Amino acid sequence: MPTDLVDAMSPATAPPGLPRLGAAGWLRWVWRQLTSMRVALMLLTLLAVVAVPGSLLPQRPQDPAAVARWIAENPGAGAWLDRLGFFDVFASPWFSAVYLLLFASLVGCIVPRIAAHARALRAAPPRAPRRFERFAVRDEVVTTASADDVLAAARAALAGPVRRLPRFRVVEGVEDSGTRTLSAERGYLRETGNLLFHLALVALLVAVAVGQLFHYRGQAIVVEGRGFANSVTDYDTFVAGTAFDPGSLVPFTLTLDEMVAEFAPDGRPVEFRAAVTVREPGAHPAPRPAVVRLNDPLEIGGAKVYLQGNGYAPEVTVRDAAGEVAFAGAVPFLPEDDVYTSRGVIKVPDVSTGDQLGLVGYLLPTAVVGEMGAASVHPDPAAPLLVLTLWRGDLGLDTGVPQNVYELDTARMTQVLEADGTPTTILVQPGETVELPDGLGTLTWDGLPRFAALDLRHDPALGGVLAGAIAALVGLGLSLFTPRRRIWVRATEVSGTGVREAGVGGTGVREGGPGQRTVVGLAGLARGDDLGLPAELARVADAVRALGEAAAVVAGDVGSAGDGTAPQRSAGARDDEGRGDGPG
Amino acid sequence: MGLGELSTVLVWGAATAYAVAFVAFAVDLARLADARAGGRAAGGASAVGGDEGAVEGADVAAADRESVTVAAGPRPGRAAPGAGFAPPATAGGDATARGEGRRRAAGIAMAVTVLGLALHLAGVVLRGVAAGRVPWANMYEFTLVGSLVAVATFVALTRWRDVRFLGAIVLGLAVLALGLALAVFYLPADPVRPILQSYWLVIHVSIATIASGLFTVSFAASALQLLKDSRDAGSPRVGGPRWRMLDALPPTADLEALAFRITAVGFVLWTFTIMAGAIWAEHSWGRYWGWDPKETWSFVVWLVYAAYLHARTTAGWSGRRAAWFVVVGYATVLFNFTGVNLFFQGKHTYAEL
Ligand code: HEM
Repeated sequence: MPTDLVDAMSPATAPPGLPRLGAAGWLRWVWRQLTSMRVALMLLTLLAVVAVPGSLLPQRPQDPAAVARWIAENPGAGAWLDRLGFFDVFASPWFSAVYLLLFASLVGCIVPRIAAHARALRAAPPRAPRRFERFAVRDEVVTTASADDVLAAARAALAGPVRRLPRFRVVEGVEDSGTRTLSAERGYLRETGNLLFHLALVALLVAVAVGQLFHYRGQAIVVEGRGFANSVTDYDTFVAGTAFDPGSLVPFTLTLDEMVAEFAPDGRPVEFRAAVTVREPGAHPAPRPAVVRLNDPLEIGGAKVYLQGNGYAPEVTVRDAAGEVAFAGAVPFLPEDDVYTSRGVIKVPDVSTGDQLGLVGYLLPTAVVGEMGAASVHPDPAAPLLVLTLWRGDLGLDTGVPQNVYELDTARMTQVLEADGTPTTILVQPGETVELPDGLGTLTWDGLPRFAALDLRHDPALGGVLAGAIAALVGLGLSLFTPRRRIWVRATEVSGTGVREAGVGGTGVREGGPGQRTVVGLAGLARGDDLGLPAELARVADAVRALGEAAAVVAGDVGSAGDGTAPQRSAGARDDEGRGDGPG
Repeated sequence: MGLGELSTVLVWGAATAYAVAFVAFAVDLARLADARAGGRAAGGASAVGGDEGAVEGADVAAADRESVTVAAGPRPGRAAPGAGFAPPATAGGDATARGEGRRRAAGIAMAVTVLGLALHLAGVVLRGVAAGRVPWANMYEFTLVGSLVAVATFVALTRWRDVRFLGAIVLGLAVLALGLALAVFYLPADPVRPILQSYWLVIHVSIATIASGLFTVSFAASALQLLKDSRDAGSPRVGGPRWRMLDALPPTADLEALAFRITAVGFVLWTFTIMAGAIWAEHSWGRYWGWDPKETWSFVVWLVYAAYLHARTTAGWSGRRAAWFVVVGYATVLFNFTGVNLFFQGKHTYAEL
């Protein structure tokens, strides 16, 4: 239990002492500090602060290109920030240090509280204090009923109607003076919920970490009519946790039958879906059709397949100067804007003679050619146009360095230019065959299939993460909204002497001897702010009043019994001598 | 005029009503302060109608001071909750009955607020009908719904306790929000993009917006708590007669209790918002958490309010210091809502302008 936790319900704890000399003493001191509420509070605040740069600066895992740009634009600061981990904040040592310390603090804080709570769950509610006038929420009733009846009525009101599920845990007691007492407590679930919440946070963190170790995710661009097999080599990009075993990939295959992309006349996207055929090994050998939609991944072989993007992959055939087919196939062009102006590269390495060729340029789905050049006005392929420039030389595919298929490495190539020095542009429409400049061959545009960009992802810890999150939410709700209350009742029978009779409301029922009165004090205490406490106390007081109220006053001894409806909160009630005076 | 334009007209109407209510609430506060000053001159605060906060506050403070000596007493500095603002029905018997006359401005303000709320609600509903979807899919609409929830929370609270003193701040913020929405964020009602076509849009965004509305109200309470606390402590900056209205507010302990209660509900909803967002992200982007700027700032908001909840239970951190967490927390809510959409490139950029 942290020493600086303000807790209305537990006795005040001593402030942390000065560290004793010696290593053990220091360690204990450090641990005490770490598990104090004050440090937890600071670590929470600090974690919020150190998360902020992660949103202000581009982050490498999300957008490596933006990071590179930022560093290029700010050479001095960029290099330093990079060294300090500011471009991967959430994996940086300082961010990790803060949250690991926070969780260490959390565990150190929670474990003793579990033990304390386990004891509290078995313990009886604490004895009634001797004096109630110090409580902000209290009441007093003078009744003609006996102390026995008072306690029975109060107990019934506290326990509630359901025997098996009492609202309050209630114990009775007798003091030396003969005063009967009742101590009641409810709301143990509050602390249970709080512990559940904090433990769930730890579980959540562990589940996320496990997921990081075992997950994999890969991306693949699949053109209509083509397939894809679930193996590491078939992905365009593939990342996995350190504990991932590539042999564990389920070798299913997936064929893209149709990529449907619908747009409104104004170009707004309306719907995307990829119709696929899945072939799983083993249990379902027969091919089965399936659909992948946005917001609706497809599950195969323990992985989920997400539709992340789509675009066009013009099918082209390039013949070299000798008329031989040097390249034939569909080349995905990546859309760069809402009207699918798409950029792509056609690499032609297998020429029979002369230089290798590279064609770079744009696909415009609905091209409008004006004075300023061509532009697309709609994502539908109403008037597709390829606008390409040509490079010749060495594509650099044999250098052993892996290449990006969407970029042309022009280090060993030269661009084919017009006489005036501007690059020669080649415009192609579907079905057309155009001559490449300088007699380098021809290019034929055969068709325009679409492609789907698919993300495959497997995270074995997803269920754990979800369970942790739900447990945290439930614990939080219990912790914040369960009222934790204690109510005490003290019933002192006073003999008739000195009691002035002034029956109120005609409730002059007499029990015990003539003038027999029971003075009943009630007090309530809650953890935190609890608006319901006065009403709870009033309920119990009303149950006692129902036994028969006597607004009798022992002159100078018993204060006003209140107006009979609301708990008395004024400081007017004075101490009754019959109740003893020692500390509670 | 199409439904979408009708909706816009209604929102303009709501903004106007709120502006009127804002002025009336401010007048009410000023009058309360005047009345109080007058009453004091006439013979003591306890005689002033409608001002039982001061009386009960003193009483509670006294009870608390005593309780320190009891081992199991209420925590120091914490008043019995709700002491300062009675339920409206029983607002202090004849003391308030006398005070009611002077609070005519508050009565007008409440009536106009409710009228504005009705227009606002109709505007939001029509917007949804016009667009053929839930009316919270871009910043204009988030602002509309967030301010609707803030005002509705405030009106609901006044049914339960007399918290009309919050009116000036809440309605002031609502006017600002609607003005900003109409002037800067406005977009015609349109169907939503495919990526947003998910029932998680309904769940995640509506809960987020409700939580933001609640945080607005708790911010109002904490801001007043801080101001009043400064005045009580004799700070020269809020000491002058211009800030007299602070004297008419319930005791700071009650403002704190109120702020806490609303923040607690808001925090649970915010926790749920983040979880629902993560589930939606898992469905549509294939990862439940990716430190996108919006996610990062939602996390920051969550941490600040979690720190607030801790501050309230940490020795030496409750009261004033804790209230600052609510203020900072609300600043992060506002930034998450505006700044992140405006300045950062993230996956949430379809929260378009
Ligand atoms: C990951 C970090 C943490 C988060 C997000 C967190 C969050 C919360 C939240 C939201 C509450 C409010 C629930 C309530 O008031 O009943 C709470 C309460 C509490 N937390 Fe934490 N907590 C964290 C770490 C810690 C640590 C390190 C400690 C120990 C030093 C701690 C001790 C407590 C205690 C004692 C309460 C109960 C306060 C009360 O009596 O109401 N927490 N925590």
